Amino acid sequence: MASQIELFLQTLISGFLLGGLYALIGLGMALIMGVMRIINLAHGDLMMVAMYVAYWLFTLFHIDPYLSVFVATPLLFLLGVGLQKFLINPVMKVESILPHNQVILTVGIGMVLANLATVFFTSNYRSTPVSYASKAWYLTDYWKDAPIELSLSAPWSLSFLTAVIITIALWLFLTKTDTGKSIRATAQDSDAALLMGVNVGVMRVVTFGIGAALVGGAGCLFIPIYYLYPALGKQFTNVGFVITVLGGMGSTEGAIIGGLILGIFESMTATYLGMGWAPVGRFMIFVAALIFLPGGVASLLRSKKLGK
Amino acid sequence: MKRSLPLIILVLLAALPLTGLSSYIMHILVLVIMWSVIGMGWNLLGGYCGQVSFGHAALFGMGAYSAGLLYYHLGISAWWGLLVSIPVLTITSLVIGFICLRLRGAYFALATLALGEVLRVTAENLVKFTQGDLGIMIKQRTWVEKTWYFYIILLIAAGSFILIKKVIESKLGYYFIAIREDQDAANSLGINTTLYKTIALCVSGVLTGVAGAFYMNYMGYIDPTTVFPLYDISIVTVMVVMVGGVATYWGPAIGALIMVFLAEVIRSMPNIGTAHQTLFGILLIFIIIFLPNGIVGDFRKIINLFKPRGALK
Repeated sequence: MASQIELFLQTLISGFLLGGLYALIGLGMALIMGVMRIINLAHGDLMMVAMYVAYWLFTLFHIDPYLSVFVATPLLFLLGVGLQKFLINPVMKVESILPHNQVILTVGIGMVLANLATVFFTSNYRSTPVSYASKAWYLTDYWKDAPIELSLSAPWSLSFLTAVIITIALWLFLTKTDTGKSIRATAQDSDAALLMGVNVGVMRVVTFGIGAALVGGAGCLFIPIYYLYPALGKQFTNVGFVITVLGGMGSTEGAIIGGLILGIFESMTATYLGMGWAPVGRFMIFVAALIFLPGGVASLLRSKKLGK
Repeated sequence: MKRSLPLIILVLLAALPLTGLSSYIMHILVLVIMWSVIGMGWNLLGGYCGQVSFGHAALFGMGAYSAGLLYYHLGISAWWGLLVSIPVLTITSLVIGFICLRLRGAYFALATLALGEVLRVTAENLVKFTQGDLGIMIKQRTWVEKTWYFYIILLIAAGSFILIKKVIESKLGYYFIAIREDQDAANSLGINTTLYKTIALCVSGVLTGVAGAFYMNYMGYIDPTTVFPLYDISIVTVMVVMVGGVATYWGPAIGALIMVFLAEVIRSMPNIGTAHQTLFGILLIFIIIFLPNGIVGDFRKIINLFKPRGALK
């Protein structure tokens, strides 16, 4: 019995840590979704690019992946700005039968990124063997007579903490700065924002850049605990998408809670059903969210606020 | 002339095997026609009804697996799959519709995308039922020659073409287009949008599934990564229609012709072969920016490009 509880708690902890990282991926997607009303299907592929940046910095210059956050996020910001300015913005003006051309466009971008990575870096699996990769803290080290044994992996906790710091920084940016407020105004009502003197065009470009930078940061946090291959992007695009639906379309608070729920649920499926089933679990929670909670976590939060 | 054009093209295509083409050319032709069928299916849902799906691999794979599993478990000819895939795909489409058609636009697209991935993972993990990654292999294909395969898929394609034309020219077609143009307006005019979207999905699913069942018979081997892949089936389906022409009768056929030939040419080039997705992606970006309605849809635009400047006035 004790071992069962131990397994459950351990799964819960790792799910929570994973969820924090997922939240970062979902945040970027929710932000882009909120401002531009499009789903960025190249999201995971942008993360893959950031992971390659971190990987090469580590392999060539021995720069710790956590420090490469400071290199990869600005780079990804520029990449995101470029994509929005030169590819997605022109398409917004084109007249066509299908309204979702921008979404299909992001698929094309993702395809090119993933394939170029295969061409240049081969499809080999890579990882950054950091010295602290297997370091962990054990409960029994601190509490001698603990009835159960739990461990906390050092790189996972470090990644989680960094994700929390980035999220807080984003929150400060969105609530305290002028640009942040303009972005939120654009997300709420772009026409009204335009009338209030917000440069909506620039906000779109900046938002896509920030979304890309966030997922770039997530990539750097993932590389010490995960492995890397060119086709990895689409899996994380799915993660980001499920989180945006689970959290409520375009809601940032929802994205954080959605990320945590997904992370915990996924490690539960991995523990109790097997690793291969994790993507199915991801989809199950997605379907459940659609059927039982179509507005996502955000709608729950809103109804609570109204209830007061 | 315009009315008899489909018939003339059908007769010309039917006469093609008589000219003694090499087996490789026949193979490419069979693939082109198969992709036209899938494209026509996608076009009904995506082009006419406006519900862009990124998960047609799920429908294609279900068709292929319903043929393959019949052969593997019951030992009967996989050709029965062509018939069996119709009810199987109707049910699958109803389930997919129940889940995904609650969503609009990009969300629908993504939900279908996730579904394709889930079916792939499920097929990989249900090893006892589907053989997992080992795949299903037909020990002896019905014919070595491609001629009969060509006629069968041509028949399916002709049937699909007539079906789509009849549907689009009927009341249903107008409902579909009304839903694509403005779902809320269609709803307020008394069109049961969910019902008609589900019908479009079912017809689309059945056509794609039959093409999948044909693929099983034609190739003689399937595994989860060849029939459920995101890029090689779902995205290529979208591209076939985007390149050819969204919401046009001939768009999927033209698109299939271009995409299959392009894929063959790129793959046969040394060094560039691995980069075929990059080239496809760039083609997709190019088409979306410059020819958003595809080659058939923007045909006038292309002709105007080649006309002397004076002619424009």
